[in-house]
Amino acid sequence: MMPDLGKYAFAVLASYGASLGLLMAVVALSVWQGRRVKRQLAEIEARAGERADG
Amino acid sequence: MSIWEYANPKKFMQTSAGVLPFVWGLAAACLGVGLVWGFFLTPDDFRQGSTVKIIYLHVPAAMMAINAWVMMLVTSLIWLVRRHHVSALAAKAAAPVGLTFTVIALVTGAFWGQPMWGTWWAWDPRLTSFLILTLFYLGYIALWQAVENPDTAADLTAVLCLVGSVFALLSRYAVLFWNQGLHQGASLSLDKEENVADVFWFPLLVCIAGFVLLFVALVLMRTRTEIRARRMAALLARERLA
Repeated sequence: MMPDLGKYAFAVLASYGASLGLLMAVVALSVWQGRRVKRQLAEIEARAGERADG
Repeated sequence: MSIWEYANPKKFMQTSAGVLPFVWGLAAACLGVGLVWGFFLTPDDFRQGSTVKIIYLHVPAAMMAINAWVMMLVTSLIWLVRRHHVSALAAKAAAPVGLTFTVIALVTGAFWGQPMWGTWWAWDPRLTSFLILTLFYLGYIALWQAVENPDTAADLTAVLCLVGSVFALLSRYAVLFWNQGLHQGASLSLDKEENVADVFWFPLLVCIAGFVLLFVALVLMRTRTEIRARRMAALLARERLA
């Protein structure tokens, strides 16, 4: 159940909203960058492997 | 076994892959429990009303904004002294996370300050030193991007990190240096008389643990990305030469 935040509701909710938004953004960005680099590296390693075989 | 084993990228990748799921899980659990406990199950403060609930975000974020810089200082010194690449990449990986915590501390501080002090911002020693710390984080990240040679970038950013550490320490102790600002003293103290009441203290501890674990998880994951990116650059360079 939502607590009664009284006249400070905006300050409290805005703090939680902004903070959780920023935390989620840095996590999402880090995961996205990690996956992108992992995929690109796999492609380059596969190319390098093909050259070594051929 | 020596800690320097983890300076080997392969060893670091193996170990961090095993550790990461547990760190993510613990971070999510601590943050979930701490924030729900703090937001829904703690009373209002007799002076600050419901704004005291901001403490569960503001204090851990401010602590980690400074501690992230300390971690970057240690890893930068390891790079300068021992030339371990993983160490320099860990410092690089930590900067955006530290910047995020610094911005959270500033934003929540503004939302908290407006109803309590009647202003969003004041040129108070602690607020100002945190603003300067933000600029140091931005400069540090920009310097990594601006220098093409990774070893030169690591050298220059390590020196910048040494200088920025002064401001990180200044941010921590600004209240003590200049006793003239709006910002209160430390919320956490070993002295029971100065510390916040237990009803706020325990959920705050859980939130701090959550922020520390989230920082560790993000830095490990981002360092893994940096190691892969470095290997990718080496392979691309080899392709161009072939």
